[in-house]
Amino acid sequence: MLLPLAGAAIISALPKNNEKAAKQAALGTTLVVMAVTIAMAVGFQRDNVELQFVEKYAWIPSFGINFALGVDAIALVLILMSVILAPIVVLAGWDEAHGGRWSVKTFYILILVLETMMIGVFAATDLFLFYVIFEAILIPVYFLIGGYGTGERAAAAVKFLLYSLFGGLLMLASIIALYVMSGAQGGHTFDIDKLSQLQMSSTTQNLLFLGFFIAFAIKAPLWPFHTWLPDAAKSATPGTSVLLLGVLDKVGTFGMIRYCLTLFPEASKTFTPLIMILAVISIVYGAFLAIGAKDIKRLIAYTSISHFGFITLGIFAMTSQAQSGAILYMFNHGFSTAALFVVAGWMIARRGSSTIADFGGLQRVTPIMAWSFFIAGLSSLALPGLSSFVSEFLVLVGTFTRYPVHAIIATFGIVLAALYILIPVQKALHGPTTPGNENLKDLNLREKLAIAPVIAIIVVLGFYPSPLLNVINPAAKHVVSQMGFTDPAPTNGGK
Amino acid sequence: MTTFTSPVLSYTLLSPILILLGGALIGVLVEAFVSKALRPVVQLTLSLGTLLLALMQLWQIRGEQSLTAAMGSLVIDGPAVLIQGSILIIAIISIFLIADTEHFTPLAAALPGSDEEREAAQAGNQVTEVYPLTLFAVSGMMIFPIASDLIMLFVALEVLSLPLYLMAGLSRKRRLASQESALKYFLLGSFASAFFLFGAAYLYGFSGSITFSGIRESIIGGSGNDVLLLIGMAFLTIGLLFKVGAVPFHSWSPDVYQGAPTPITAFMAAATKVAAFGAMLRIYYTVFANAEWSWMPVISAIAIVSMILGSLVAISQRDVKRMLAYSSIAHAGFLLSGIIALNKAGLDATIFYLFAYGVATVGGFAVVTLVRDSSGEVTDLNRWKGLGKRSPFAASAFALFLLAFAGIPLTSGFIGKFSIFSAAYENGATAVVITGVLSSAIAAFFYIRVIVLMFFTDAVEDGTAVEVPSILTRATIVISAVITVALGVYPAPLLDFITDLAIFIR
Repeated sequence: MLLPLAGAAIISALPKNNEKAAKQAALGTTLVVMAVTIAMAVGFQRDNVELQFVEKYAWIPSFGINFALGVDAIALVLILMSVILAPIVVLAGWDEAHGGRWSVKTFYILILVLETMMIGVFAATDLFLFYVIFEAILIPVYFLIGGYGTGERAAAAVKFLLYSLFGGLLMLASIIALYVMSGAQGGHTFDIDKLSQLQMSSTTQNLLFLGFFIAFAIKAPLWPFHTWLPDAAKSATPGTSVLLLGVLDKVGTFGMIRYCLTLFPEASKTFTPLIMILAVISIVYGAFLAIGAKDIKRLIAYTSISHFGFITLGIFAMTSQAQSGAILYMFNHGFSTAALFVVAGWMIARRGSSTIADFGGLQRVTPIMAWSFFIAGLSSLALPGLSSFVSEFLVLVGTFTRYPVHAIIATFGIVLAALYILIPVQKALHGPTTPGNENLKDLNLREKLAIAPVIAIIVVLGFYPSPLLNVINPAAKHVVSQMGFTDPAPTNGGK
Repeated sequence: MTTFTSPVLSYTLLSPILILLGGALIGVLVEAFVSKALRPVVQLTLSLGTLLLALMQLWQIRGEQSLTAAMGSLVIDGPAVLIQGSILIIAIISIFLIADTEHFTPLAAALPGSDEEREAAQAGNQVTEVYPLTLFAVSGMMIFPIASDLIMLFVALEVLSLPLYLMAGLSRKRRLASQESALKYFLLGSFASAFFLFGAAYLYGFSGSITFSGIRESIIGGSGNDVLLLIGMAFLTIGLLFKVGAVPFHSWSPDVYQGAPTPITAFMAAATKVAAFGAMLRIYYTVFANAEWSWMPVISAIAIVSMILGSLVAISQRDVKRMLAYSSIAHAGFLLSGIIALNKAGLDATIFYLFAYGVATVGGFAVVTLVRDSSGEVTDLNRWKGLGKRSPFAASAFALFLLAFAGIPLTSGFIGKFSIFSAAYENGATAVVITGVLSSAIAAFFYIRVIVLMFFTDAVEDGTAVEVPSILTRATIVISAVITVALGVYPAPLLDFITDLAIFIR
């Protein structure tokens, strides 16, 4: 976990004008981190639902705070996603940092600091540590959006920061309450396992649950807490958007599983009907907004709102299938969104505009770029054979067994997805070439190298998702059984 | 004929205070006998040496406890040492700022804009009196939190206040505003002192004793007249709340913060708060602890109002020093929740918070002293635009201190807020904690707005320049920044130290 930080230190030691060295160092660091993480992931025992690779050091003993790290399958999958995406972002956005407020060097330092925190936020097993990273992670993102973005970047960065801070402070109030209660019941602690055994009245539990849930819902973002996302995504550089939507927003859904469900099982059940409705609204509302979007980056942001609706639906459906589906969805969404944003970023950089109507006939001029976008788009609408299909299917089937109505409405989301992806694809890629687009260049070798692994993952996991599912399933089952739910009878698929 | 018994003093335990007073007196002599050219250097060395020596001496006596160090008038215990240590450290880093005499008028006695003033400026006069004044103020602050009878408490209050009234009027630029602020501070401060004294008289009437232990026993015994107790407590509290700048006794602070020379503002904002809260901790945790029912609701209400009003009004401020003043009002509210906590965790948390906040405050004002144009400091926030580009050092340091005020994790402010709120929550002060968290969110808004101004807004070309920091100012900023980050990332050693030491004896 500390590797990226070391990389950031190396870059900060490099001379300011040597931009190339900074880029290479960043790429090298992220690749090494990826290799190390994958090597560790191979050693993960997938039938063990306990935390693994646990490390624990006393941090602030007088508050019972530990620097405790450890991963279960859910965290492992998300960390894998983060570390694979990081080098892709660096490679794909090779020239992104130019035109920022500060030097290229600072950009890569921020990216690497961000990567460290992303790993930390998923691996933290101490609530206090989690909160610290959860809040501190805002700072590099804030500077990445505000310093290197486009358009109304400062305003977007502030909006992002204030929304997140507000949610975070609500969570802080809940954390303080938990901490004090733990003190009354056998010693102050922030250990999640111990906190989950606290006795509390249902009113307290409901209030504390809300504190956590609103923070995560803002992060995720769930309707009606989503309004910061389109602005942030539009103003950020494509690479930052990938990390923001692909990884950081997952912290929200991850937090719902890890903290909301584990710490407040009763309250989670109380609020499930409400949350299911919010999730369905997110799915449909996000989709409609996406259909109407004129700007390609906003479009992708709106599709994400819809997708996060699916993930939340899966989490709170309380069946192991839906749960596995939701976790797998988080992983897949990371890559399909990454592909969309990365390719969209190249299109925008070449055309100098992010309005969908300005593109046209790219298929003829730049076939490889167009195909990449097309595949990413199809994955986003969950075409069978591509990765998202598996997860979306699992979520819907899992939800249907318990909440048929919600599942059916959510299915409309898929139909709408076809519209919101295919309409821009048609406008941007096919049809007559819009004047001014004739001389656009196709992808160069670096860009091909960046996009190829993403496409490969999308396709391979579409046909053969079982390696990941085998890791995820035990964890998903564990979560659901901890909540005291058993799967409704005739559902054994997905195993 | 009564025989005179000479007082028994334990000089070792009192040595930090004695060293300070001695240093201050030598400083006065230096003013009289050392040549003008040498004075600044001599005074700076003398003050620094005195403060360091006092700090070292304090370290020596850190484990001591005594009720009889000065015939029962002063009490030495763990919290006393911690509070005094914080004051000394804050004073040391503030002295670096004060050493930059650019900020002070050449001749305090001259009328603003008069010929005498111009002559004094041409002659290169400097007000080196400010060093002994600072030392006197520091010694008052050192006594204030350890006083254990009402007379001593009042004397300490005056010793710390009088030099501050003077120093607030010493600004070189905008002297009229500075003198106005000094007068305002003096008048309102005198009112507060009068209230304080009035309250002390009632408490004496209630218990027949001026010592803290006597009052405490009367409260426990329940023998006295409760009306006298309530009135006494109320007036004493008004005096104390005035010093910490809590609503509704805050109205002096924006004007004084703005008018006073910035190094003095830094020193005053940080050190006075530490001293006054140190005294409040002792008074409420020991003397009034058993009358909790009567003051708890009032202090809670004041804490809530201070937090909300401080945060809300700060949003509309256009002047950086005024903004920091309102933010300090909000922080006074946060600190009051540590008083409300009334438990060991609250005591530890308040001391930690005081130290962290004091250091960050000095650092923040140190940055303010750097941003200048040809006519002096620029405190108008609109002219801070684009500071990040012109001076990354000053802007990033200021951003760090703002984040600490906002309580963002990995800064000392977060640990402080967390510990103080959890302690208050433990005592059932849910409303205070929730207000605290919400007003933190409001406060974050204006702190972040300043960061946006500095980093994401293009500069206006109006000649606002960032002074190349002198070594001393740079030292202040760097030390404050290092402490702020270190206490945010790894606060365990200090927290443990505080937890071990902070036990009141009565």
